[in-house]
Amino acid sequence: MKLQPLEFEKPIVELEEKLADLKKHSRANDINFDTEVRRMEGKLEDTKRAIYENLTAWQRVQIARHNARPFALDYLQLSFTNFLELHGDRLFAEDRAMPGGFATISGRKCVVIGHQKGRELKENLKRNFGCANPEGYRKALRLMRLAEKFGLPFVSLIDTPGAYPGLGSEERHISEAIAVNLREMMVLRTPTVAVVIGEGGSGGALGIAVADRVLMLENAYYSVISPEGCAAILWKHRKHAPEAAAALKLTARDLFEMGLIDGIIPEPLGGAHQNHAAAIANLKTAVSRALDELTPIPHDELLARRYEKFRRFGEFAGDA
Amino acid sequence: MGIFSKPSFNSDKKREFPEGLWQKCPSCAEMIHNLDLVQNFRVCPKCDHHMTQTAHERLEMLLDVGSFEEHDANLVSVDTLKFTGMASYTDRLKSYQKKTGLKDAVISGLGAIDGQRVSIAVMDFNFIAATMGSVVGEKLTRAVERATRERLPVIIVSASGGARMYEGVLSLLQMAKTCGALALHAQARLPYISVLTHPTTGGVSASFATVGDIIMAEPKAMIGFAGPRVIKETTHQDLPPDFQTAEFLEDHGLVDMIVHRKKMRETLGELLGYLAPAK
Repeated sequence: MKLQPLEFEKPIVELEEKLADLKKHSRANDINFDTEVRRMEGKLEDTKRAIYENLTAWQRVQIARHNARPFALDYLQLSFTNFLELHGDRLFAEDRAMPGGFATISGRKCVVIGHQKGRELKENLKRNFGCANPEGYRKALRLMRLAEKFGLPFVSLIDTPGAYPGLGSEERHISEAIAVNLREMMVLRTPTVAVVIGEGGSGGALGIAVADRVLMLENAYYSVISPEGCAAILWKHRKHAPEAAAALKLTARDLFEMGLIDGIIPEPLGGAHQNHAAAIANLKTAVSRALDELTPIPHDELLARRYEKFRRFGEFAGDA
Repeated sequence: MGIFSKPSFNSDKKREFPEGLWQKCPSCAEMIHNLDLVQNFRVCPKCDHHMTQTAHERLEMLLDVGSFEEHDANLVSVDTLKFTGMASYTDRLKSYQKKTGLKDAVISGLGAIDGQRVSIAVMDFNFIAATMGSVVGEKLTRAVERATRERLPVIIVSASGGARMYEGVLSLLQMAKTCGALALHAQARLPYISVLTHPTTGGVSASFATVGDIIMAEPKAMIGFAGPRVIKETTHQDLPPDFQTAEFLEDHGLVDMIVHRKKMRETLGELLGYLAPAK
C-alpha cells in the first residue's frame, strides 16, 4: 500500500521522487550516476533524521492518527497469537469499536481488549471510528472480571479519539460505564498492562487504562482533550491545534518525564506505519517484559502499588 | 469531555440592575433581590428554578449549625505545564481566586447532618466552572480516604464543567485517583451519596459523581458526558427537549431521585439513617 505522506514529510517525498527519477534516468540511458545517487541517498537519510528526530507534538498527533498505522487487531493478531474473540456486553449490544478476547503473548495466556479503528470508510463505519459506546466499556469490564476469575493478566490497547458522543450513548450512560471501570480497575486482582498505541483520547482512553503498567508507543498521544477541542476553547479557533498540542504536553516523552506513564515503546523511524513488523515486535517485547515483572508479585502488594501509583498523581502547593 | 465550549450559565449578562443587588432568574426572568435569593437557597421564589449556590452556602444549608470543620483548606493549584493560551493558567487562577474568595473549586471537611457525622465535599461552580485539576482531585481523594479511615459516610455535591484542561493528563488522572479512593471506601462497606447539581458534565460525570451508592440530582440540573453541541455536530441527531436534564436521567433509570434543594438536608438525613455504617 502506498502511504499517504503527511504535510511535514513533503521534503522527504520530494527527495525520494528525485532519487527515483535519477535511478530511472540512469537505467534508461545507461549512464552511471552512482556518485549522484549515493549523495542523494545520504541527503535523504539526513533529511529523514532531521525531521523524524525533531517531531513536534502536533506532528506526532498526525502520526498517531495515520490510517496506515497498525491498529489494535494488527497487534492482537501478530504481537499476540491465538486470538479468540469474545463478543458482547451481555446487556445490550456488541461494540465493534472495542474487540477483545483471549490471546497469548510469548507463551503467556491473557485477556486482551482494544479500541479498533478502520482504514477506510466501510470499516470505519463498522468500528465507529474507534469511538466506543457504553457497551464497549461494559464488555471490557466483563472481560476484566473473566481475567480476574481465571487468573489471567489483562492487557488493553488504547486507540480512540474519545468515547462516542451520541444520544444513545448518553441514554445508556456512558459516564457510568467509564466511571465504574475506573473504580473496578483499581481493585482488579490480576496484573494489568495498558498500552496507548495511537490516540489516547480523554475519558474514552482512561476507561480501560487504569493499570499496573501504562505504556505508550513513541508517537502515540494521551490527552485530556483533543488539540482541536482545546484550541477551539482557549484560542477560539481550531486552527490553533498545533499550539494546543504543544501546551497540553500530550506526547509519550512529556508524560514519561512527568512520571505519568511507566514506559515508552520505540517506533521505527518515521512512525509505526512505516514498518508494521518492527512496531509489532517492539510491542510484544515491552508487554511480555511488563507481564514477566508483574506476574510474580502477590496480589495484595500489586494492588497496593497500583493504588499508590495513581494516588500520587497531582501537583499542588499549600500542604501544611 | 471538556470538548464543549465554555458554559454560558452563570454569566454576568443576567445582571441589568446595580451589580450584586438584584438578579434576574434565568428561567422566568423575575427580578429577585439578592438577600431574598440567598435566604431562599438561590431557588427562584416565583418559578422554583435552582440557581448556582456557592460551596459555603451549600455547606451551611446541609450541615448542623457549627458542625463543619474544614480540611485541606490551603491547597492551591500550580501551573505545572506552564500553560499558555489566550490567558495563562496562573492569571486565570488569580482572577478566580479574587472573584470568588476561594483557593480552588472544592471545599471539604467533616460535619454532621442530624447529628450523623459525615465526610463532605462541595464543588463551587463559580471557580473556573469547578473543573477538576490536581487540587480538586486531591481534596476529594483525601475526603474519601478520611471517611474510610474514620468509618464515615461520604457526601460529594458535584457541579463541574469536567476536567481542567490547563493541567493536561494530570487532570484526567484525577478521575482514576478519586474513583480508586472510592473503591477502597466501598470495600470497607461504607456509604457514598453523590449529589448532582447543575451542571455536572464531562470527566466529573464520568468518574466519582456517577458511582454513588445513592445518586440524587437537583431538579432540571444538566447532567451528561458530552456537550449537546458536540453530540449534534457528531451525530446530526435531533435531541429531545429534556435531553441531559435530571428528569431525563431519572426517566432512563440513571439516578435514584430528584430532590428539591429545600428537601435536600432532610433527605440526606433520612438516607444516612438507612446507610449508617455497620457497627
